[in-house]
Amino acid sequence: MATSEGKTTDPGIDPETGEYRVIGQGQTFRSVTEKISRIVLTPHTPLGWFAFFGVAGAGATMLLVAVTWLFLKGVGIWAITQPVAWGFAIINFVWWIGIGHAGTLISAILLLFKQGWRNSINRFAEAMTIFAVICAGMFPLIHVGRPWVSYWMLPLPFTMNVWPQFRSPLLWDVFAVSTYATISVVFWYMGMIPDFGTLRDRSESRIAQYFYGMLSMGWRGSTRHWMRYETASLLLAGLATPLVLSVHTVISFDFAVAVLPGWHTTIFPPYFVAGAIYSGFAMVLTLAIPLRKFYHLEALVTERHIDNMGKVMLATGFIVAYGYGMEVFMAWYSASHWEAFMMWNRMFGPMGWAYWVLVTCNLAIPLTTLWSRRLRTNITFMFLLSIVVNTGMWFERFVIIVTSLYRDFLPSAWGTYRATKWDYMTYVGTLGLFTALFVLFVRFLPMIPMNEIRMMLPGAKITPKATAKAGD
Amino acid sequence: MPPREGTYGMLAEFDNPSDLVRAARQARQDGWRRMECYTPYPVEEAAEAIGFHRNEVPLVTLIGGLMGCAAMFSLETWISVLAYPLNIAGRPTYSWPAFMVPAYEWTILWAGLSACFGMLALNGLPALYHPLFNAPNFRDGATTDKFFLCLEALDPKFDLIEAKAYLESFQPASVVEVEY
Repeated sequence: MATSEGKTTDPGIDPETGEYRVIGQGQTFRSVTEKISRIVLTPHTPLGWFAFFGVAGAGATMLLVAVTWLFLKGVGIWAITQPVAWGFAIINFVWWIGIGHAGTLISAILLLFKQGWRNSINRFAEAMTIFAVICAGMFPLIHVGRPWVSYWMLPLPFTMNVWPQFRSPLLWDVFAVSTYATISVVFWYMGMIPDFGTLRDRSESRIAQYFYGMLSMGWRGSTRHWMRYETASLLLAGLATPLVLSVHTVISFDFAVAVLPGWHTTIFPPYFVAGAIYSGFAMVLTLAIPLRKFYHLEALVTERHIDNMGKVMLATGFIVAYGYGMEVFMAWYSASHWEAFMMWNRMFGPMGWAYWVLVTCNLAIPLTTLWSRRLRTNITFMFLLSIVVNTGMWFERFVIIVTSLYRDFLPSAWGTYRATKWDYMTYVGTLGLFTALFVLFVRFLPMIPMNEIRMMLPGAKITPKATAKAGD
Repeated sequence: MPPREGTYGMLAEFDNPSDLVRAARQARQDGWRRMECYTPYPVEEAAEAIGFHRNEVPLVTLIGGLMGCAAMFSLETWISVLAYPLNIAGRPTYSWPAFMVPAYEWTILWAGLSACFGMLALNGLPALYHPLFNAPNFRDGATTDKFFLCLEALDPKFDLIEAKAYLESFQPASVVEVEY
């Protein structure tokens, strides 16, 4: 318990343990609890919150309009036709699901690797997952044309005696995505139970006590409960890790199983998963940076978090780069005329611009700048970069889907693709829905897991025989 | 559960986890068995101190996962072989490699649900009422920054006056009696 041995003066390093501090200095159990629970329990909603919610809600309303019109008129209002039968709907589906994956990665994989720094960001990353999966799951459902019979995809005993065909990756998708949504919700909710207990005990209004009391299920922090809870969390993390890898793998099978140049490739599963994590981390940054500023959470979501996320993006970005490289290489190495033409057309055809947008946004800008620690800890830069990467990843899916389809084997069947205003409205609408749900989440649910933050504070260290009170 | 009245236990409040763990360890050594620690975050040392080492959540999860796998695989087989056989590009009706993907997903789905709901069931949650919430200092601290040790009245060693004196020997912030 030496107070100062003069070993280090770096404020980022804990002098007692010599480890990197993830949480800002001088926080106690009570101060972090206060800080996080006040955001939820305060009766005063900041004006900025209403502004955000208003804009996002307008977007969600636009989605409602677009989808209503779609249900009335059919998918013909979108630009999809032959040869590009999979347009924005599938692009957005893959993009949203990919964004969701970073949340699971942060909450599950980094938990298994004992990466304590994830504790500050895992809750809202999980929330992001769930809202992204809601947006993603909607697209295949509305894309089927007759969404009111979407339940035909499920193995249910109908009077017509028709059953699903289990050899199709599209059906595997139904199970992968529904399992993913369910497990994400369960993991998210379970993680919040102890925090609901805290909110129940700290709230002053009767309604809030009742509301959080019900949600907390009577949690009282018993050690036996905690141990079972910790086991269940670890098991769920262990289950969610193979799940998240399988979900995007199955999605990539939707493409890879088809005999179409540009889709028919074995690199797709790992390349899709890496791309998902890449874009997901970008989305976590897009959300975390304004949030920590708006709610003054700089001590809990520190520069070190931003820095670490930058590193993960750098690593996954290179896997994605390898994927792009391998696609080009295989186009040449396969010696297939169709493969080579597809790649040439993808780069230099009428829609070649999209490919170069993707290369610029996903490779050229991030993979050169993320090496620098100075830039990784520059908050404004990272925010802008996260938007660049999200754009790039959207274009990646655009390129994969549209430029593989619009000029296939027979030149007489070539076509083009130009999204209609309904396509754009639906896409922007899901952005609105996502933001609206997220804004509601930060107002009513604890966005940072208080119990996990407490574990990381210096006061949580068990000292064998402390007669004097510890300084923290 | 029969209606209970009287004393649930004696509750000592500590300001830091180290004192709690020390007290719990000592109490177990002195022969206390019906006791429980309450902490605002998981403290593994406290679980060890009161002699709680293993739990059944992994077993429940395993059983759930195996059931999910078996359920989906047999459903797929029944549908594809018996209920609605389809010729898809000449593949055999029992094309088990393709069935593995949904079976895999359902293994995870059922295992995950079993882990969460099994944990809650083993914990006896949801519970609408618990006597501990009657303690005046419990709600302010147990989920925020205080550490509690409760010696329960069901322990054969329990005696109102002795338990209080015993807990006070650990110099806690306070000792209160908890009633049903």
